[in-house]
Amino acid sequence: MQFLAAAWLVTRKDLLIEVRSREIVYTTLFFAVSCAIVFAFGFVREGKAVEDAAAGILWVAIAFSGTLALGRAFERERHNETLRGLLMAPVPRPALYVGKLWGILLLLAAVELVLVPLVGIMFQAPFFKYPLMHAALIATGTIGFAAVGTLFAAMLVRTRSRDVLLPVLLYPVTVPVIIAGVRGTAALLQTEVDVPMARVWLSMLIFFDAVFVTLALWTFEAVMTE
Amino acid sequence: MRRFLLLTLLVIGPAISAQQPPAQPPPTTAAQDGFVPIDQLAKKEEMPAAPLVMAAYAVAWLVIFGYVWSLWRRLHKVEVEIADVARRVASGSKR
Amino acid sequence: MMKRMPLWIALLAAMFVIAPVMIVRAPYESTMGLVQKIFYFHFPSWMAMFLAVFVSGAASVIFLATRSKRADAIAVSSAELVVVFGLIGLLTGPLWGIKAWGVWWSWDARGTSALVLWLIFQSYLLLRRFGGPGSERLAAAVALFGMCNVPFVYWSVNLWRTLHPKTTVVSSLPMTMGTPLWFSTVAFLGLLGVLIALRLRLEYRRAELDAIHLELDN
Repeated sequence: MQFLAAAWLVTRKDLLIEVRSREIVYTTLFFAVSCAIVFAFGFVREGKAVEDAAAGILWVAIAFSGTLALGRAFERERHNETLRGLLMAPVPRPALYVGKLWGILLLLAAVELVLVPLVGIMFQAPFFKYPLMHAALIATGTIGFAAVGTLFAAMLVRTRSRDVLLPVLLYPVTVPVIIAGVRGTAALLQTEVDVPMARVWLSMLIFFDAVFVTLALWTFEAVMTE
Repeated sequence: MRRFLLLTLLVIGPAISAQQPPAQPPPTTAAQDGFVPIDQLAKKEEMPAAPLVMAAYAVAWLVIFGYVWSLWRRLHKVEVEIADVARRVASGSKR
Repeated sequence: MMKRMPLWIALLAAMFVIAPVMIVRAPYESTMGLVQKIFYFHFPSWMAMFLAVFVSGAASVIFLATRSKRADAIAVSSAELVVVFGLIGLLTGPLWGIKAWGVWWSWDARGTSALVLWLIFQSYLLLRRFGGPGSERLAAAVALFGMCNVPFVYWSVNLWRTLHPKTTVVSSLPMTMGTPLWFSTVAFLGLLGVLIALRLRLEYRRAELDAIHLELDN
């Protein structure tokens, strides 16, 4: 209980800062939308997106803007050495990780709330057909991506060239998330909907999340201890 | 250290030259149940296999020797530096 | 290990002299002919890479748990060899593919998963090189995640590929070329061991140098 309370305190702190400036949410959202539009020039033929393009565009936009949000969220902590302050607080280290992860997830959820309908409208993707399945896929995919991303971004705070290293480290490790997300979403968006396939991908994402959140909780403790 | 590497070079060297494939015996017809390439037959006839095999061998050895060489160079640099520092320490203590 | 090094190298060298003879004498694969001979060192280099992935991952776990310098040295040495052996696999694969399948790169499940793993360990080395001080622990986390990612990468890439049945003919390859294949696999794994040992020596010498410098500063 105390663990969750501590985690919530970290999240609340991040949310308060964000609500005051709205810096990350605006910039990330704008970036995600620009991503989707730039992709349109590659994948739209005669006013219609090529097959499976919507799923790919959505997930690439999530991955790119997610990296941006992760980088900014931890840049803030670095600024006044607040991460060190957090680490010195008398709470279990994994609680800090969970708190940061929740913050990132809430941010990305806000971005996705705008991004998904936008992609649906611009690329004629019927997200409303299986809303729950879509939501589950996007949620588990985002959790998997952010779970690894939060750990890596937190670790990178103290290193040189962290801006470049975050995507360099993050994308290869999250390849399974991207594949599962794109394929699962595409299975639901294509003309002959393949629900069992989407379910297979969803179960893979759940499994990935379980394994990597557990690993990250352990690793965070080991890595962040001086 | 350098002796080990020299030894490796000397012993493995002949192996590279021994890898020239001999005159090709006609392919046997056994084990027909193996891999069946699709619709690439025309292309397959155009492309001789021997240069590809040779290139692959060459690449494998180049990568390994390139790595051993880089290892040797890095080790050499460290050894030189250690000797240098040791010399400085020795002359410094005399003073 | 280090003392008996010449012995190991001599044994390994003998194996690498015998291996080509065995490969030449091995029966011709019926449909691919000569080009299939690439398999005898393409497959072993992948085996060596995967073994190195697990050595690096396991050593990283030990390093994170105990902060042992030795474990870290083993982790970085084997990570470098993941990249070396992976490079051999990635370069010899297309040379075979162009003949057997008519394309250099076909996104087949095995090749793609290996490429992803190779990228993960490449990023590990980039981090160690450009991350500055303190990046060892971070890199250990990357190696651990890379190791645990093996089943996920393989599973997802495999499923992704089976969705495009046009080129899946690619994956079933004959594995019946027995003895020479296993012989060269053992030789490659031995090479991996020797190279890790040599790379470890470099790491230890560097640590010695750092220690001397530190002492001089005080």
